[in-house]
Amino acid sequence: MSNVALERKIRMPRIINRKHVPLIATFSVCLLLYIAAGIKYPGILSAGVFVNLLGDNAFLGIAAIGATFVILSGGIDLSVGAVIGCSSILVAVFVSRWHMNPALAVVMVLCLGTLLGSGMGALIRYFGLPPFLVTLAGMFLARGIGFVTSMESVALNHPLLVFASKMSIPLGDRVSLSISAIVLLAVLVIALYVSLFTRFGRRVYAIGGSETSSLLMGLPAGSTKVWVYALGGFCSALAGVVYTLYTLSGNASAGVGLEMDAIAAVVIGGTLLSGGVGHVAGTFLGLLILGLIQTMITFQGTLSSWWTRIAIGMLLLAFVLIQRFIQNRAQGGPQTADH
Amino acid sequence: MGKRQTGRRMPEGIATLLWPLVALGCVLLFNLLFTPGFFHMEVKDGHLFGSLIDILNRAAPVMLVALGMTLVLATGGVDLSVGAIMAIAGSVAALLINRGGVPLGAVIGISIAVAVVAGSWNGMLVALLNIQPIVATLILMVSGRGIAQLLTNGQIITFENKPFEFLGGGFLFGLPFSVTLVLATLIILGLVSRRTAMGLFVEATGDNAAASRLAGVDTARVKLLVYVLCGVCAGLAGLIVASDIKGADANNAGMYIELDAILAVVIGGTSLSGGRFSLVGSLIGALLIQSLTTTILTKGIPVQFTLVVKAIVILAVCLMQSGAAWKTLLGGFGGRR
Repeated sequence: MSNVALERKIRMPRIINRKHVPLIATFSVCLLLYIAAGIKYPGILSAGVFVNLLGDNAFLGIAAIGATFVILSGGIDLSVGAVIGCSSILVAVFVSRWHMNPALAVVMVLCLGTLLGSGMGALIRYFGLPPFLVTLAGMFLARGIGFVTSMESVALNHPLLVFASKMSIPLGDRVSLSISAIVLLAVLVIALYVSLFTRFGRRVYAIGGSETSSLLMGLPAGSTKVWVYALGGFCSALAGVVYTLYTLSGNASAGVGLEMDAIAAVVIGGTLLSGGVGHVAGTFLGLLILGLIQTMITFQGTLSSWWTRIAIGMLLLAFVLIQRFIQNRAQGGPQTADH
Repeated sequence: MGKRQTGRRMPEGIATLLWPLVALGCVLLFNLLFTPGFFHMEVKDGHLFGSLIDILNRAAPVMLVALGMTLVLATGGVDLSVGAIMAIAGSVAALLINRGGVPLGAVIGISIAVAVVAGSWNGMLVALLNIQPIVATLILMVSGRGIAQLLTNGQIITFENKPFEFLGGGFLFGLPFSVTLVLATLIILGLVSRRTAMGLFVEATGDNAAASRLAGVDTARVKLLVYVLCGVCAGLAGLIVASDIKGADANNAGMYIELDAILAVVIGGTSLSGGRFSLVGSLIGALLIQSLTTTILTKGIPVQFTLVVKAIVILAVCLMQSGAAWKTLLGGFGGRR
């Protein structure tokens, strides 16, 4: 444990160790879970299972990374799942009904997602509306547009999309990184860079920590907020595109309730919902934990799917308690919880 | 101490209710003009039938949940787990009925007791452990539905029990019994919050928890109480839904009801950030949502448009209630933050 802590400290010198206890806790749980799974089901340790875990959860991961930025800034985005469904059906309809070039369709959908996100951000910025309600409206709007576009799922057989969905990087014998996993890892690397080493990333942390203070410091809190929601919208739309490639079909009801899974991954990853504290890498670890639980339940075979929900709930509880404990110690007493 | 000076409060109360009432009035007026037979009511077998009664009946679960949610939002919290609590309460009731030999009172009592436990769990996390309400209730939202599925083994449990079916399908004095339940809950919560000091404590906690604590309000107990009340309301709503479909569907019962309920409460003039609340406003909000949905259905507009309309209504209500929006509207885009 202390070894891990030391390693983390060396790798990330900018951040104070106490803030990173949640991240280390997530990492330890992920590692323990993996070891436990490996002892019980040795097959789970194979590289193939791990690569599949990345590929199968890629769209959730991409959406969760976007949600991490929103939550770090002190907001919340409920529109994640609906934007995935909406962009999935839009790509499919653009390509198969309107005979649009798939690349153009993907770019358009990404733009639309970003537009929806920045629209929500603008409402939050200019009118001071609560993010919860604005993104709830965004969720209804995106889901509604998705269903208005097409109630049925639309299959895709455009050669370019079929080719793209089969793209992969071979990693050795019979193991290859699928396109979903590649996109997930790329998004992760970019998000890590943006959150740790750019001005924008630092501003996000600053507004999440205290909006008033960051305004007094002269940071452009308003425009940063708009950008954060735009980024969230972009990530959700990208997740929708990845989902479309993954299933090779567009489905307006894709990603129902996924926003809560994304928030769960973020919270398990050690990010505080009140904003300002957290880490993109934590979200990735949270995603791995969620995926691992699902894989273990699949391997077990007799446990029913609802055990996944119960296990995720219990994990959420454990992490929230750990965070509470650390916060209380850091601040020398319990603080009033607000949103 | 607890009594309010009604003379001073009344105009404010009406002002809060103005926008939701105007919106509801618009929807009803639209139907009066363009939907023939919308206001038609007839008496069949001593029961009232008609679109308006249908709206009341269908809105009953959301209205119940919204009543409990009003108090939670007024303390500055939020309860995402109401849908899961509904699923659990419905499943427990269905299992007890199918067991046979359990009296109806015990079925309802035990289901509501389970809801009380669920509510206290939320309240404990929020009030005693100081966990943010949204995360604290997310835990039960995620695992609660799993627990309900575990109870019912993932199946829809159907049952035949005439007295229990009365809860969601029966009529009292010509009105659906579920509506009577909503009114009873409104009266009880209204008396508790307005005729005792509780309402004042709830608003004080939501306005400024730290100051209220310093002023001697036991904010932890207030918070615990509102989450328990919200759980009870959700449990009751779960029983109504189960009795209405004569079965417990752990997968779908109360799905997304938390969002509709929060929406109803906010439309009704209670702020998400806590403070002053209006129970009647929440009921009007729930009725507005349901009459919109029913209007869309009766006008033959595809169901998919309901969500788009809902999105527009949320934004319109939010903007109407936001001071900044009015300032921008009246004074051009000068008032940037």
